[in-house]
Amino acid sequence: MKEILSGNEAIARGAFEAGVLVATGYPGTPSTEILENTVLYKEIDSSWAPNEKVALEVAMGASFAGARTLVTMKHVGVNVAADPLFTLSYTGIKGGLVLVSADDPEMHSSQNEQDNRNYAKFAKVPMLEPSDSQECKDFTRIALELSEQYDTPVLLRTTTRISHSKSIVELKERVAGLPAPALVTNAAKQVMLPSNARVRHPLVEERMRKLAESACSLEINRMELRDTSVGIVTSGVCYEYVREVFPNVSTLKLGMVHPFPVDLIRSFAAKVERLYVVEELDPFFEEQIRALAIEVTGKEIIPVCGELSPDRIRKAFSGQGIGTESGAAMPDDEAGSFALPPRPPNMCPGCPHRGVFYALKQLKAYVAGDIGCYTLGFLPPLSSMETCVCMGASIGNATGVVKVVPEDEKRRVVAVIGDSTFIHSGITGLADMVYNNSPATVVILDNRITAMTGRQDNPASGFTLMNEPAHRIDLVQLCSALGVKHVRTVNPFDLEETRQALKEEMERPETSVIITNKPCVLIKREGVFRKGPLSTVDVEKCTGCRACLKLGCPAIQWKSGEGKKGISYIDPMLCTGCDVCRQLCKFDAIGRAK
Amino acid sequence: MNGQTTNILLVGVGGQGILLASEILSETFMLAGFDVKKSEIHGMSQRGGSVVSHVRFGDKVYSPIVPEGEGDILFGFELMETLRSLPLLRKGGKVVANDLRIPPSSVLMGTEKYPERVAESIRERFADFLLVDGQGLAARAGNARAANTVLLGAVSRRIDVAEEYWLQALERMVPARALEVNRKAFLLGREL
Repeated sequence: MKEILSGNEAIARGAFEAGVLVATGYPGTPSTEILENTVLYKEIDSSWAPNEKVALEVAMGASFAGARTLVTMKHVGVNVAADPLFTLSYTGIKGGLVLVSADDPEMHSSQNEQDNRNYAKFAKVPMLEPSDSQECKDFTRIALELSEQYDTPVLLRTTTRISHSKSIVELKERVAGLPAPALVTNAAKQVMLPSNARVRHPLVEERMRKLAESACSLEINRMELRDTSVGIVTSGVCYEYVREVFPNVSTLKLGMVHPFPVDLIRSFAAKVERLYVVEELDPFFEEQIRALAIEVTGKEIIPVCGELSPDRIRKAFSGQGIGTESGAAMPDDEAGSFALPPRPPNMCPGCPHRGVFYALKQLKAYVAGDIGCYTLGFLPPLSSMETCVCMGASIGNATGVVKVVPEDEKRRVVAVIGDSTFIHSGITGLADMVYNNSPATVVILDNRITAMTGRQDNPASGFTLMNEPAHRIDLVQLCSALGVKHVRTVNPFDLEETRQALKEEMERPETSVIITNKPCVLIKREGVFRKGPLSTVDVEKCTGCRACLKLGCPAIQWKSGEGKKGISYIDPMLCTGCDVCRQLCKFDAIGRAK
Repeated sequence: MNGQTTNILLVGVGGQGILLASEILSETFMLAGFDVKKSEIHGMSQRGGSVVSHVRFGDKVYSPIVPEGEGDILFGFELMETLRSLPLLRKGGKVVANDLRIPPSSVLMGTEKYPERVAESIRERFADFLLVDGQGLAARAGNARAANTVLLGAVSRRIDVAEEYWLQALERMVPARALEVNRKAFLLGREL
């Protein structure tokens, strides 16, 4: 049977067909939908872990007991999971283990665009890279088989354009007859004391040598000879772009991007007149080809920054004499002349974060931010965020800033972090704050969901990925147990309560935590989010002072030309009745519909 | 159409249902026996931001994204986003757009103006332009929220794939309780 699947759906399907029993990970664009699809197969135990490190450790345990296992994360998540990854390379596996690293060239939804092919080399593990959804499915199975054959974890790297593109996939049945997991004693291989690890390291080197040899005859490393005046080495989505732009050139498509198939490269280079590498981000293949003293053109013409596209490749080759023309209807200068207002993303109407950022701005707080929807607090008109680096960094950043700034500035420093991010990597930062007696203030924006990636459950949401009720971590008790003496919850839709709490805790010369207690408006689960009576503007009373526009709520619109200067209008289709705008109208012009 | 691959771009604002519309298109082309690829960006770029979805079909499709200047049909869910995406079209490309304006945050705050004469600007550059009262026609079909399906119907007229595949795809992708309204909305659009 054929279906149109995204790369992520296809990886989930591949895991199902290959007999995977355990799938785990942490949500992160563009990887999130993989586990949202493994959960559709009842044969797979699918779960969200609190972070990527825990996810990989869980996957290792399942593999040590003999289960085929899938673990998923975005590229920066691999940084968090790097600690277990590097030693998992030494222990090897029992049941096949595949770690999906979903990279995000162009940073569509990320803080950097690191090229995780480097992890394969660094951790000494093989890496496969599919170029469409069919390959996502097939490579997941091949990766699991290679994992068992070579006793190694295998990285499966996708990029945003692979994860989120859809193409046709041929479905198959799930394999049967895999050995059932059980406790297995194999301590010398799995207890990485120095004496054991020293035995394992040479085996890792030997494994990679054998893999490199077999890479030359691996079916997924494919030499396609067409016109041999030009040969292009490429992988992943770039292969599709190359075929699109240069249908006649010869290609060497690497399905396994590490280890490097030296003899295959030599043979391809010998068959073509001019050799190029088309790869996104780092010159990963290029450097290895140069190390073989083979002449090649790569990053001299192909950009290092950002994702590639058919257009960028076409432009890059324009001076090489093999280019083709684009058929654009409009000249570039005309296309750029529309000068339209941009349309950046925004917090939703009724978002419980909005009022908190409004209050922080009023109090002139220096906000150390974190990863989540609330990073949008950086954008105007709220414009109240000074740092945002990685999951959990807000708390450490705040601690560090407070250590060194003058006494009268210390009180302004506030860390802002979401519930899921706090559990992911914020708890240890808060332990440090208390332990080292930092006077900074932490705001936990608890909206009961991992919202930015599309509403995934977490240990503070009360449900599992498989939609079973779960213990909900009590964040107040957790902070108290860490030793925070001043923990309070506030209703973020009550502006005065929120402002007052922030003011008091910012003044306090001790670590303090404020937890907001309203859920994300997008939570669909029955009874969690409720609309209030909608807000409306009394056109007689509105003076056009624009105070409510400073919230940046998509439901509130400026109508110029009405009233004296213009008035505000609240779109009833968008308003959720959060009531925040009413509280900052000094003229009583905003009321609530009955 | 452009050689062997037909390129369709769906553009609008996050939350408008663009993803579902692009899924219905893709499903239709698969049912009609073509190779299909589609691509869009999820995550931070949604949340009310601009959205572009690429759908391509033909005997064999390579790139999941449409090369700039090779779009055959621009399917606009919002006027300003339609204007913004015109450079993606080839010469003689077709435009079908919903007559809907959604102001971005800077316009809501009154610091910038929503552009004037958007439909005219489009028509000056692309003669084959259909402006659709999506909401109005959808209301006639029984539910103003089926505006996307009216537009889909109008787009379907401009693509050489038999009606039966469109209707089959609708049946597969639209929840049963909304199917009848959507079928009507689609057929209304298909007359445009």
